[in-house]
Amino acid sequence: MDDHGAPSPRPARHSRRDLLRYSGLAAASTLAGCAIEGRTIEPVSPERYWAGRSRNGHLRFANWPLYMDPQRTPLTLFRQRTGITVDYDETIQDNASWFGRIRPLLAEGVDIGADLMVITNGLEFNRLKALGHLAPLDHELLSTYAQYGADRYKHTSYDPGNRFSVPYASGITGIAYHPDLVGREITSFDDLWDPAFAGRVGMLGSPQEIANVALLRNGVAPADSTPTDWENAAKALTRQRDRGIVRAYYQQDYIQPLTSGELWLSMAWSGDVFQQNTVEGANLRFVIPREGATIWTDNMVIPITAKNPVDAITLMDFLYTPEVAAELAEYITYVAPVPQAQRVVEERARAASAERRRSLQRLAQSPLVFPTERDYAQLHNYVPLPAGESQRFTSLFLAVTQA
Amino acid sequence: MRTARATPYLLVLPAWIWLAILFVMPLCGMLSVSLMTGNVIDGFTQTWHVATYADALARYWPQLLRSLGYGLCATVLCLVIGYPVAYWIAFRAGRHTSTYLLLLLLPFFVAQILRTISWRFVLGDNGVVLAPLKHIGLLPESAHILSTATAVIFGLAYTFLPFMVLPIYAVLRRIDHRVVEAARDLYAGRWATFGRVVVPMSLPGVFAGVLMVFVPTSADYVNAAVLGGTHTTMIGTIIHAQYLVTNTYPMAAALTFALLAALLLAIFGYARALGTERVMAVAAGRTP
Repeated sequence: MDDHGAPSPRPARHSRRDLLRYSGLAAASTLAGCAIEGRTIEPVSPERYWAGRSRNGHLRFANWPLYMDPQRTPLTLFRQRTGITVDYDETIQDNASWFGRIRPLLAEGVDIGADLMVITNGLEFNRLKALGHLAPLDHELLSTYAQYGADRYKHTSYDPGNRFSVPYASGITGIAYHPDLVGREITSFDDLWDPAFAGRVGMLGSPQEIANVALLRNGVAPADSTPTDWENAAKALTRQRDRGIVRAYYQQDYIQPLTSGELWLSMAWSGDVFQQNTVEGANLRFVIPREGATIWTDNMVIPITAKNPVDAITLMDFLYTPEVAAELAEYITYVAPVPQAQRVVEERARAASAERRRSLQRLAQSPLVFPTERDYAQLHNYVPLPAGESQRFTSLFLAVTQA
Repeated sequence: MRTARATPYLLVLPAWIWLAILFVMPLCGMLSVSLMTGNVIDGFTQTWHVATYADALARYWPQLLRSLGYGLCATVLCLVIGYPVAYWIAFRAGRHTSTYLLLLLLPFFVAQILRTISWRFVLGDNGVVLAPLKHIGLLPESAHILSTATAVIFGLAYTFLPFMVLPIYAVLRRIDHRVVEAARDLYAGRWATFGRVVVPMSLPGVFAGVLMVFVPTSADYVNAAVLGGTHTTMIGTIIHAQYLVTNTYPMAAALTFALLAALLLAIFGYARALGTERVMAVAAGRTP
């Protein structure tokens, strides 16, 4: 190209080095330019939020798998009663990934594709609340809840006065075990630390769940626990792990190994065990240990960017009609937030015949679906963690489960 | 004349745009996030906080090393299992070649998570593998594979096996059979022909296969989560949890870059050891 031997200027062409330099510059300016926004939305008063909103005859409901019968009976009843159609989507697999999916959209003020969603009273719930991503509820529109909702849900520590949420179902985290394989009665969380069961114990991987077990075992009430208690709890869990007692940390998949006998005993959720015994004919026993157990609540909330909030709150309220609540409880087999539903289930049992009667009776009498006040007294919420200060807590327990 | 010279550039333009939008931009974004500080409630701001990287390595080096180790084991396993398979399909399958290739790819029609979960049944304590061995007394009743590193490595090797077989197959297929015949004519035995003629010519495929298996296995998080137990956490699971559970985005981003750097270093070392020029020379059909 360069025939003359002398260096000739080539003004129009950029060398590869120039290109790198430019792209480096561009990259550096992009790097410096951005940030991830946090709390941006000013808290909205219910009056301001609900002013001028009306029914659209339609709503989108994001829920967890196996949280409503496949025929969606409650939703059919709802449509017959109100004319509102529901787009039901079993799209929530766990709180963390659901939060991860919707947070960026909510921060942008964009519709998340749901007007009503169900989320557990844990870290993600607190974060959504703190970020101002939940619509404040108008209790004028929740008269059925006021009448039939259990009182205990009206003064919870995570959402006092139901400002943003009403319960969908609650569950108890206790111990489930194989009576034959374990060969004795399980009564205490200490049993999860017993070397006799080495390699046969299942634990849940969620920091809040596993923390409560260790705290209760150490004799500490989760509600009053201090960071020192957390560290002691983490130490106890580390010992349990390093002695080879824990087989693995599970998300929701502990129930299969437990049924097949690979696990002899495991931390477990009440409804799973109830369902597994009823549907699969398993012979698992569920206990609330003498130290107590954890109760968590899955709550219905309306994302602040919902397009059909009035329809959503109408459905929220409708689900507290005792007949509908009974319908839900019968399928879900977790704790029903409507005490009156027990009466409905009993009535249905009397009207039913043979096998169905027995299963309905078992449901109506189960302390895992309709706990008594004495049962409730043994149950603890998760450790209350302010949304901004949960990092230390979660890191401590993730270090146990993700070694 | 000018248009003619610009044509190739215009033709690759869509690819460049694609790469810029889906690779360069996210990568820059991630680099930026890794240098931020803050929390999810108050937001994250750019503070050029390089210390996150030191913190990431100090806290998670065991999981990072373990991931590379598992990736290496799975890659070796894939090579040992995959090379004969590729060889057989290329030279012995005859008119059934496409059937075997289809069979090889058939598992991809099922979601990865389901395939991984089905290993739980295969490797289960009383599953098809362990039950007979326990029955004849070769293994004690308490023996298990599930929830151990072995299960994770087997799962990884299973998931990515086709990525090893296909590139090796593609290269073996192109080998001129007359070269093999010539080797035999020159009194090379079966093994000598294989070792001194076929293997060197298949090196580009092996090189590609190793890369295509080592990189995704090291970064995988599904197998460890489904088949692993305690002390089998891989770096992918940590990144997942940092992003979704603790919402510490900078740490998640820093770990991602640490993994990227570790993989690049490993690949670079591997390319140097094997000699990329040699591989490329074979690929180009020249004598190494």
